[in-house]
Amino acid sequence: MYVAVKGGEKAIENAHAWLAEERRGDPGVAELSLAQIREQLSLAVNRVMAEGSLYDPDLAALAIKQARGDLIEAIFLIRAYRTTLPRFGCSTPVDTGGMACDRRISATFKDAPGGQVLGPTFDYTHRLLDFKLAADGAVPAAPSAAPRHEPTPHITEFLKDEGLIQDEPASDEPPGDLTREPMEFPADRPLRLQALTRGDEGFVLGMAYSTQRGYARNHAFVGELRIGTVAVEMEIPELGFAIEIGEIVLTECETVNQFKGSKTEPPQFTRGYGLVFGQSERKAIAMALVDRALRWEELGEDDLGAPAQDQEFVLSHADNIQATGFLEHIKLPHYVDFQSELELVRKLRREAEERLEAREAAE
Amino acid sequence: MADQTKIANGDRRAWLGLLARAPAEALAALWSDYGARPEFQWLRTPEIGGVMVRGRAGGTGAPFNLGEMTVTRCALVLPDGTEGHGYVQGRDKTHAETAALIDALMQTGDADAVRAKILEPLTRQVQAARSARAAKAAATKVEFFTMVRGEDQ
Repeated sequence: MYVAVKGGEKAIENAHAWLAEERRGDPGVAELSLAQIREQLSLAVNRVMAEGSLYDPDLAALAIKQARGDLIEAIFLIRAYRTTLPRFGCSTPVDTGGMACDRRISATFKDAPGGQVLGPTFDYTHRLLDFKLAADGAVPAAPSAAPRHEPTPHITEFLKDEGLIQDEPASDEPPGDLTREPMEFPADRPLRLQALTRGDEGFVLGMAYSTQRGYARNHAFVGELRIGTVAVEMEIPELGFAIEIGEIVLTECETVNQFKGSKTEPPQFTRGYGLVFGQSERKAIAMALVDRALRWEELGEDDLGAPAQDQEFVLSHADNIQATGFLEHIKLPHYVDFQSELELVRKLRREAEERLEAREAAE
Repeated sequence: MADQTKIANGDRRAWLGLLARAPAEALAALWSDYGARPEFQWLRTPEIGGVMVRGRAGGTGAPFNLGEMTVTRCALVLPDGTEGHGYVQGRDKTHAETAALIDALMQTGDADAVRAKILEPLTRQVQAARSARAAKAAATKVEFFTMVRGEDQ
C-alpha cells in the first residue's frame, strides 16, 4: 500500500519561524553577540572547533548561537560548512615542543625544567557556585611574573635520554585522512588519532574511564599536559618555501604507561597521546588513554576483549555526527516502512489465530 | 621591481608569517595610518579555504591529521611587476589583500618605510600580547617548598 508523504511544507515553515523566535528568547533580554560567545563561552567554542574539525573561533561561536547552545548541533553545522571549503593544502606537522605554554603540568616529574605552570585552570577551585558572577562586575587583572621566553621541553625527553620510554621515531609518511576516504579496519595509528581528536568528548571520556576501571587497564600517569599556542606552517608552492599561516591553541597530553616488555622490547614505559584543538584538557587526557589501549597489538599485549581495545568498536562509534544522524533519523517519517511492518504483524497474527483454531478443532 | 635575489627568503618568511598571525584589526589600523593605496591587479582574488593541520603521534612521531583551519589567500601584482602574496588565518578578505600589498611593497623601494611604519609596530604589538600571556602563566608556576619534618625539630 502506498502512503502519500507529500505535504507539511507550511508546517515546516512555521516550525522554523517559531524556532527562530525561541532561539532569540525573551526580546526584553539583550541579544548575545558572537564576540560574547567567543570570549565568554570559549571552552564550548573550543569543543565545537575540535569535534567540528575546523579551527575558527568566530564560526564556532556562530554555530553555537544558531544551535541554541546544542553543541552537537553546532558541530554538525561546522562539519557541513567545512565540506564547502576548498582545501589549500596541509600544514607541516606542528611543533608542540615550541608551544608558548599557558599551562604545563606533569604528574610524574615535580622538578621538570620549565616548572609546573597551572595556567587558567578549574583545578583547586571549590566547585561552589559563585554568585558574584550573577551580578555584573569588573575582574581584577591576573598577577604577572617575569615571563619565560625559551621553549619548554617535553617531559618524555628526559625518560628518552635514559632509554626508559619507547621512542616515537619521526617519519614523513603522509597520513590517511578519514574526511577524504572512508575508514577501513584495521586503521593505523595516524588514522586512529584523527578519529579520536574529532570524536565525541563524552564517548572518548567514557572509553578512557573504562580502561581505568579495569577494562584493559594500562595504568596511565599524565607524563605531561600542556596548553598553549603553536604556529602553523605550510609550504606555499608559488613561493617555494614554508611560511606561518597562523597560530592555534592546542592541548597536548602524553601519558606514561607501564610496560612489562615483550620478546623484542626490554621493559620500559610506553606512551599514549592526545592532541586536541583549543583548551580541551579532559578530552586530551581521555584521547591519550584510549590511544594507548588501542595500541595493544603493536606492543604485543594480550587482547583482553575489553571494549577500549576494539578499534572497530571505538572508532566506529566515536563520531557524534554519524551517531546522531543515524539515531535521529528514526524519528523522521517511516510511514511506508511501518505500513509493511503493520501488514506483516497482522498477517502473523492471522496465521497464529488460524493455527489455534485448527488445533482446537482437532482436539 | 626589486631584484628578488637580494631579498632573503628568511626575511620574507618572517614578514609573511607576521602578517598571517597578526590580528586583522591591528593590521588594518596600521595600514590605514600608513595611507598608501598602491594600484595593483589581481593574480588571484581573495579566496577562503581550509588547510589541514597536522600533528605528530607522541609529539615527535608519525604525522596525523588533526583538523582544518580557515585561511584566506590572494595574489596581486603592482604596475612595476612586483608580485605580492597574502596567506592569512581566518576569513577576512581585506586582511589577505592588505598582507599581499605589504608583501609586494616590501620588495620595492618602499620597504624601509613599510617596515618602520607597519611591520615593526605590528611586531611590538604581537610580542607584547604574547609576553603578557607568558607573564600571567609565569605567575601560576608552582614554587615547591619542603615541609619541616619531625626529625629536624
